[in-house]
Amino acid sequence: MSEFTLTLIKLAFLAVLWLFVIAAVGVIRADLFGSKAALRAAQPAQRPARQSRPPRAQRSAPTKLVVVQGERAGTVIDLTGMPITIGRANDSTLVVTDDYASSRHARLYAQDGQWIVEDLGSTNGTYLGRTKVSRPMPVPAGVPIRIGKTVIELRK
Amino acid sequence: MSQLGEQIRRQLPYQRRNAASLALLIFAMVLTLSAFAEVGLARDGQIPAGLFGYGGGLVVLALAAYFVQARFAPYADPLLLPLAVALNGLGLAMIYRLDLDTSADRKAAAAAGKQILKDAADASSQLMWTFVGIALFVAAVLIMRDVNRTDAPLSFTPKTAQRYTYIIGLGAILLLLLPIVPGIGAEINGARVWINVAGFSVQPGEFAKLMLVVFFAGYLVNKRQAMSLIGKKIGPLSLPRARDLGPILVIWVFCLGVLFMQKDLGTALLYFGLFVSMLYIATQRVSWVLIGVGLLAVGVFIATLLPFMGHVNQRIDIWQNPKPYFDGGCLLEDGKVEPVNPDTEIYKQYDAELERKADEYERAGQTDKAEQTRLIGPGYYACSKLGGSYADSAQLMKGLFALGEGGVLGTGLGQGEPWRTPLSFSDFIFDSLGEELGLTGLMALLLIYALIVQRGMKTAVAARDPFLKLFAGGVSFVLALQVFVIVGGVTRLIPLTGLTTPFLSQGGSSLMANWILIAILVRMSHDARKPAPQSIQDEGMTQIVSTR
Repeated sequence: MSEFTLTLIKLAFLAVLWLFVIAAVGVIRADLFGSKAALRAAQPAQRPARQSRPPRAQRSAPTKLVVVQGERAGTVIDLTGMPITIGRANDSTLVVTDDYASSRHARLYAQDGQWIVEDLGSTNGTYLGRTKVSRPMPVPAGVPIRIGKTVIELRK
Repeated sequence: MSQLGEQIRRQLPYQRRNAASLALLIFAMVLTLSAFAEVGLARDGQIPAGLFGYGGGLVVLALAAYFVQARFAPYADPLLLPLAVALNGLGLAMIYRLDLDTSADRKAAAAAGKQILKDAADASSQLMWTFVGIALFVAAVLIMRDVNRTDAPLSFTPKTAQRYTYIIGLGAILLLLLPIVPGIGAEINGARVWINVAGFSVQPGEFAKLMLVVFFAGYLVNKRQAMSLIGKKIGPLSLPRARDLGPILVIWVFCLGVLFMQKDLGTALLYFGLFVSMLYIATQRVSWVLIGVGLLAVGVFIATLLPFMGHVNQRIDIWQNPKPYFDGGCLLEDGKVEPVNPDTEIYKQYDAELERKADEYERAGQTDKAEQTRLIGPGYYACSKLGGSYADSAQLMKGLFALGEGGVLGTGLGQGEPWRTPLSFSDFIFDSLGEELGLTGLMALLLIYALIVQRGMKTAVAARDPFLKLFAGGVSFVLALQVFVIVGGVTRLIPLTGLTTPFLSQGGSSLMANWILIAILVRMSHDARKPAPQSIQDEGMTQIVSTR
């Protein structure tokens, strides 16, 4: 192979190397300042979109809520997509008669096909598995949620 | 510490960047394959067989890693994986290229019945370690599940490490001490940083580095309040209380111990720099950095004063003036350097003497003693007779010659002679790449490292948990420092230390540790960038959020 061709190949390789670096920087540039698509995604979702059908539930989405432990053990509530409130208050979806539960203790709601648990400022806290729920957390199926002496689970 | 991250998250919800990640990954593969192609075209005028074996192997591994990342950590930073693959691939191509040159020599040596050099470029073992490294990456991404997934059977997140802060710190120290233990420890090329496990040489320091980051992060999360708030304010600096100086002094003494026992300036610099930088991240106080730099200067000064630290002096001497040490130099008591390279009379004289002694042993029937005598380097022997300490700067100088040979544009892959430098495939791979890719290529490589470090720091900024912030920051900093120490060493910016060049150097421990490091960053960046589930309280109590 001639000297000239080899020089061309050498320069071409260096060019490819630098193009790679520039492409990588390009990806972060979009990451830092946001591409148009990113900005559009950042806009709050428009109302009409919200009124339309909720996203089709994923295959893995849980379909019922089961009380596993506590006085109401065995109770099953079908998950319809409506938020579920849990507490001692009579208007709760799941009323628990338990000294360790607050009157408005926690809430479960669906978002983007998954269920989220949120503590409503209860006295004794809500636990998802072993973690204390300090901010809304997604609830995978089969993970126990403990509210006072009551333990509930989402099941498929 | 978290306001900035909160601000960034609020401005722009992170999105999945899998397409960008895949595109860059494909680019990284093209880069690797063209490196192999260039080697082949330059050497034999055709696409080399190695392109399909090694290049193809890397492509399959990288794609597997990508799919695992896209499936299990979709919000992960898009740059980390492609950049690591690019570095790994370029290193593999360079090792393949060096292997082509040295394998002929090794075959000849084996045919002549001579001892085969154990340390040689070996592209097939490097590919195997790449496989192991990427497999560890995949396993680590799979095992370290989402923080909220408590149902996973092995729910080990980077956060879990916080619970075992002190155990991990103890483990790191044990790992660092292992090479000194007789029986397990092994000395290779004058450095006691290896252990032998099941026939493999392992560098525990590479893993200890990650464990030290965990330990420092866990420790500083608890102590940073005291360290950042209390103290006297003098001018623009606020100095910490005397008793808060305890930890930094302990680490300092520990690093001096590493310096004394392992004769390794760079490693000591790596650990101390890591602690000081993490202390700075945790407390945001410049005074800690100044204290750290001051302690470092004092430490190096003490090391140069102590008589039994002669080798540190010598390292510094070689660094300042390597020429008299080329192929062997002898630092005498009075500080002068006597060259004992093969061209000098004194070398020839002692060479003859050693040969005569070996012959004598042979005649006396003591073949093992004769063997041993033949293994002694005449330069080393001459120097011990002169009462000085022997050192050889040939490696460093040949590396510098290689860089000079490369110039701005390099000789082109496969067209230089980088194998002339000892350890051109591991410690000196940066010089080898410099010879064939030139300054232009080296700048690109350094930028790739800088980008990985920047992505790590970005992950630290975006992370929600203070422990994870420190973990990510420390992990990126240790990578940056390691690149600085080894690249600075081989380019004679600082005294040379045998550390590995992350992802480029040949060696299993280094590849495995660095792939785990990338996996940790990928998992943490996924957790940090993933949008938090929105609270319905934001929209008022009465609104119906979800209708059927």
